[in-house]
Amino acid sequence: MDLILPSFGLIFWMTLAFAIVFLLLRKMAWKPILKSLTDRENYIKDALNSAEKAKEEMEKLQAGNEKILLEARNERDNLLKEARETKDSIIAEAKVKAQKEAAKIIESARETLQSEKTAALNDLKNQVAMLSIEIAEKIIKAELSTDEKQKTLVKNLLAEVNLN
Amino acid sequence: MTYKIRGLSIYSLAKTFLLLFALFPIIAFAEGGEKKFDAGKMIVEHVSDAHSWHIAGNYTIHLPVIIYSTDKGFFLFSSARFEDGVIYNGFKLNGQKIIAVHPDGSVNNEETAKIWDISLTKNAISILLAGILMALVFTAAAKGYAKRPNQAPKGIQSAIEPVILFIRDDVAIPSIGKKKYEKYMPYLLTLFFFIIFLNLLGLIPIFPGGANVTGNIGVTTTLACFTFIITMFSSNKSYWAHTLWMPGIHPVIKLLILTPIEILGIILKPFTLLIRIFANILAGHIVALSFFSLIFIFGTLWGKAVGYSVSVFSVAFAGGMLLLDILVALIQAYVFTLLSALYFGTVTAEEEHH
Repeated sequence: MDLILPSFGLIFWMTLAFAIVFLLLRKMAWKPILKSLTDRENYIKDALNSAEKAKEEMEKLQAGNEKILLEARNERDNLLKEARETKDSIIAEAKVKAQKEAAKIIESARETLQSEKTAALNDLKNQVAMLSIEIAEKIIKAELSTDEKQKTLVKNLLAEVNLN
Repeated sequence: MTYKIRGLSIYSLAKTFLLLFALFPIIAFAEGGEKKFDAGKMIVEHVSDAHSWHIAGNYTIHLPVIIYSTDKGFFLFSSARFEDGVIYNGFKLNGQKIIAVHPDGSVNNEETAKIWDISLTKNAISILLAGILMALVFTAAAKGYAKRPNQAPKGIQSAIEPVILFIRDDVAIPSIGKKKYEKYMPYLLTLFFFIIFLNLLGLIPIFPGGANVTGNIGVTTTLACFTFIITMFSSNKSYWAHTLWMPGIHPVIKLLILTPIEILGIILKPFTLLIRIFANILAGHIVALSFFSLIFIFGTLWGKAVGYSVSVFSVAFAGGMLLLDILVALIQAYVFTLLSALYFGTVTAEEEHH
């Protein structure tokens, strides 16, 4: 019968021990432990979240970098292209200008040449005229240097004159 | 530190126990002498509470007797005074029960009824021991948490943390619900670990273990009463309305059949709690002890040689039983805690069903 009848003494000690252990551990162990467990869980959750966020940001950053790089490359290409175009146009312009200039120079040279030629010709004509006069003068002088000659000439002239 | 805890695995514990068990029959034979062996008496003595604690051989600790008699006041003396049926201060030990006697030696029933016996018996000492162990273990663990916040558990923490998380995530939250479970966690944890500590202490065959505490109906009654009282105090209006006055059922059927059944159920719930753990642990102790008794039964029937040879099997079986008892110790602690949590959950549930 002892086995299935609760004894007062044990109930007393069990109640006392359980109550004391319960109150003590509730304050000293369970609440702090449970709190730190929840805290730690939250901490881990937060840490994982922020790691995920950081990763995302990193990816975003990387994508941004690539974009910037691409833009820079495009910019460079554009600049190069523009520069080449500018160069080409400058060269072309210069060529055109040079041609024009050359044509002009040639033209003026030709005009100068013409005028020089004309002047030279005129000069030459004058010279020839002067020379002819001088020659004629000299010839006349020579022809008429002696009386004889003057007489021959007159004679010849007279011979030619047809006295009709 | 972690290594030490891991080293204390169930396997190595069991090995230690088996070794102790193997030694046990030899010691027992050495001390048993040629007295006639009464298995039933031995077993009942071992599973009952006692005023003295037999350690080994002739060594027995006489535990203090504390009694309060409404007539004669407080008494505190060693139970050694009662040895061999001696009457002390008008009290006598009858079995393990203290009774009052007349000067001529006859039982004084009137006086006996007035005795309140709060002696520190074997079980009471075990309870206090388990309480002290718990206080030490868990305050030490709490210190670890305070010292290293937000870090992985270490040492003693690694041993208890999975259990605490198990009680929280697989017992309290599913039974009571996320909103209200926190209030009950300290009780559930204390309950679970107290039962585990008492159960496992009871399985250690040498002093200061081996007391059949959770197989004592007084202890389980106390635990069940705690659960019952907390259940009653946490019960809400909706619980009582649904239990005693189920809506939508004819009042006559309700009053004649359902309400009485429900009222009975309220009392039966803690009763099944206390019986379940009591019977399981008691049975575990009795079966293990029965295997040992076989050694002596065979020994007295056919001589010591047979007893020794039987002891090989007995120890093997008892070892198996011990492993089973470890499982039972854990399961019973779990079941008691889970059902307590379920009762709390039932009486605090918000009105959502129906």
